[in-house]
Amino acid sequence: MTDRDEPLLHAQGLVRRYATRRGLFGRVTEVRAVDGVSLTLRRGRTLGLVGESGCGKSTTGRMVLGLEVPDEGGVAFRNDRMPPPGTPEWRRLRARMAMVYQDPLGALDRRLTIGAQIAEPLEIHGLGTPADRPARVGALLRDVGLRADHAARYPHELSGGQRQRAVLARALATGPDLLVCDEPISALDVSIQAQVMNLLSEVQARTGVAILFISHDLRAVRQMSHRVAVMYLGRVVEEGEPDAVLHAPAHPYAQALVSAIPHPGRTGGRIVLTGDPPNPAARPAGCAFHPRCAQAAALCARATPELKRRAADGRLVACHVAHGEVAPGDGMASRPIPAREPA
Amino acid sequence: MAPLVEIQGLTAAFDGIPALRGVDLSIGRGEAVALVGESGCGKSVTWLAALGLLPAKAAVAGSVRLEGREILHAAPAVLDRLRGGRVAMIFQDPASSLNPVHRIGRQVTEALRLHRGLSGAAAREEARRLLDRVGMPDARRRLDSYPHELSGGQNQRAMIAMALAGEPELLVADEPTTALDVTIQAQILELLAEIRRDTGMALVLISHDLGVVAETCERVLVMYAGRVVEETAAAALFGAPAHPYAAGLLAALPPIDGPRRPLAAIPGGVPEPWAMPPGCAYAPRCPRHVAACDAAPPRLETVAPGHRAACIRPLARTPAREAVEA
Repeated sequence: MTDRDEPLLHAQGLVRRYATRRGLFGRVTEVRAVDGVSLTLRRGRTLGLVGESGCGKSTTGRMVLGLEVPDEGGVAFRNDRMPPPGTPEWRRLRARMAMVYQDPLGALDRRLTIGAQIAEPLEIHGLGTPADRPARVGALLRDVGLRADHAARYPHELSGGQRQRAVLARALATGPDLLVCDEPISALDVSIQAQVMNLLSEVQARTGVAILFISHDLRAVRQMSHRVAVMYLGRVVEEGEPDAVLHAPAHPYAQALVSAIPHPGRTGGRIVLTGDPPNPAARPAGCAFHPRCAQAAALCARATPELKRRAADGRLVACHVAHGEVAPGDGMASRPIPAREPA
Repeated sequence: MAPLVEIQGLTAAFDGIPALRGVDLSIGRGEAVALVGESGCGKSVTWLAALGLLPAKAAVAGSVRLEGREILHAAPAVLDRLRGGRVAMIFQDPASSLNPVHRIGRQVTEALRLHRGLSGAAAREEARRLLDRVGMPDARRRLDSYPHELSGGQNQRAMIAMALAGEPELLVADEPTTALDVTIQAQILELLAEIRRDTGMALVLISHDLGVVAETCERVLVMYAGRVVEETAAAALFGAPAHPYAAGLLAALPPIDGPRRPLAAIPGGVPEPWAMPPGCAYAPRCPRHVAACDAAPPRLETVAPGHRAACIRPLARTPAREAVEA
């Protein structure tokens, strides 16, 4: 196997644009779903990707797998450039990486047994002989905490947690080096979420698989990840060790996210952001977060901050204020708090 | 004084398969009570059954009293005045609860016409005031917007404005923030707390998220497999749960500080409604299970003042728990 310190996955400056049209005869506008994201992931490690809907975290995951082609930048897997999708080289590479989706029922084919679906990647990639596939499927099922006889069941006969285990067994069938898990637990009940998180950690400890863990749940990301990257409107705004980012977030958006974690026994101190999550089709100039930021200064509306190391502690953060390039302002919050009836 | 809502022995079954197996709860005036539990535990069905919103094939029995007056199986005309009037309900997915082909203003004024007899300019002005009240930016213009033109958080605000149109004494909010992003969730929870402070409205928050519950409610009811298994003050539940299921749920939550280790997951899954264990429904997953647990479903009994649990072997009272309850 390769050296542990050698990056397994390296994505550089990924950009993904979509063209959308508002209304039938509306003008075509460009939406930058992902706007210059770079990621590095080593074997046996987990990178957590956090952000709200529309921040580009799922699109990033799809580009990492080669399911979407970046408009700029590129993905290298074990130092090889990602081949174009659909080519034989890409198919070979795809056996080394797999995806786990949010909704296990949607990810499984209702008309096929669990066993047939887990055997499918083995057939597609020509792994093993047809004769030893049932045994391989049984072993995969046991690895994810199901029984070999679950192979004969259909998806609707399993519970939500069991289905997500089956999806994971299928993802692990080809012995991948990389798993991209897109919100793998958010459709599951609390008691089952813990089971699936434990299972992912166990699988990683046993096989050394690298995981890109995409989630909006900061608690889950802390539990699973060795590093965490916070995304906002298509860019990484902060990246670091989970405890560093969660306990002392540097970017004002990360600060608001962390303070929004519901917490039994919290006593005040929550930052409630004004305004709505931003629209990728109408990206604000300068720092994309500045209209919602309580610390924004005039510079923030003009210049886009770079993701770079902060002098004090080496934290990667993209914020003029965090870098001390400008004194914190009192916010550009253009949306005033709605007027109340006089008391 | 009679509680605002008192539910006793509420059962509901679909095609003979029980979804609620005897729910008892009461909500005081102005109180914020949470109903927590996992999917299928009956936390939503309890309120749909109580308000007569289940399909006709559901067999509902028991008693639901609003200020002492029985409303279960009340005449449709009575229920129509009640729902959206004294008791309002908001749901998880605002986009599918709003009518996509009508403007927001029309949907809010409809509620005002039905429950407060307002019409014309007066209704429109009140609708604008309500949208303002729920923090809708640019409320006057939003009256003429369609739901698809608003974000998820704005749609949920519109839903809350509609719910407030009838000046309810009780708002039942069924997973109101689950479909929203975390920063928007924080906004909506603040809004609900603020409205409660201003109007003295009681709130029932149905949620699977223990953190959300802890911050918003004074009292928590934990449900499992169609029954209430624990009922206590929010602080007591998080400090010292008595039912092993409640303790298991809390332990399964990833911590935000301290060392990272495997989570204490609850083994197995919720029993299927057609294959309920004979005794305690949680027994097959319970670390404290003994043979006596399988004899009969345990009753909700007082374990400490203001703290009830349906368990024959509740978790011991520790000094820490006594401190919390004192």
